[in-house]
Amino acid sequence: MNDEIVFQSELIPFSEFMKSAYNHFGINYPKYFKMDPLSKLAFLAAEMVLNDISLTAIENDIALVFANQSSSLDTDLKFQHSIKDKNNYFPSPAVFVYTLPNICIGEISIRHQLKSENIFFVFKENNELFLKQYAQQLIDSKKAKKVLCGWVELF
Amino acid sequence: MESLKQELKTKIIETLNLEHMTIEGFDDQDTLFGDGIGLDSIDALELIVLLDKDYGIKLTDPKEGKTIFQTVETMATFIAANRTK
Repeated sequence: MNDEIVFQSELIPFSEFMKSAYNHFGINYPKYFKMDPLSKLAFLAAEMVLNDISLTAIENDIALVFANQSSSLDTDLKFQHSIKDKNNYFPSPAVFVYTLPNICIGEISIRHQLKSENIFFVFKENNELFLKQYAQQLIDSKKAKKVLCGWVELF
Repeated sequence: MESLKQELKTKIIETLNLEHMTIEGFDDQDTLFGDGIGLDSIDALELIVLLDKDYGIKLTDPKEGKTIFQTVETMATFIAANRTK
């Protein structure tokens, strides 16, 4: 964050890394463990940035503008795996609810009590200029006072 | 019945990703929803899938879940009486 490494670990797999990061930052939010990997990634990043934001009506007007290339592919594949066998067909509701990338925005909004503009773009590659211009447009048109934007990618 | 309750606690913790809980700290009479363990509506759906997948019980009326899923005790009693697996 701000060009400084705030956490690093050699732990593999990714699930253990995310659990270790959660514990490292002293977060107390059990719902975190129900999230899919993309949401955990976005959640942790937002925790770092929004940590000092007070929950006033003015501060809550923080729009969320995220993007990636793979959408929710990681979770899509997991869900598809749970339904591919007709003889063992048990789709998971808890996995299904994360088969859209913008759900990570919902998780952050719930955590920080945000009722703001939000959008999740799917681009071929990280388009910082577009995200910056979109964020600026939100502010200029008074649709948000602040914008948290970024690239959230697992693959 | 005791082994079924222990099995259920393990499955509930693992399936619902209750990382903050342990089997030892999970009482048979703890309320699963609301102020107890604090499960939500998606967890309820997962429990319905669990009944079908692991015990061969299909809930035809979701309203039945309200009484069945009160505690591990009520779940175990229901499963013991209706399981086909």
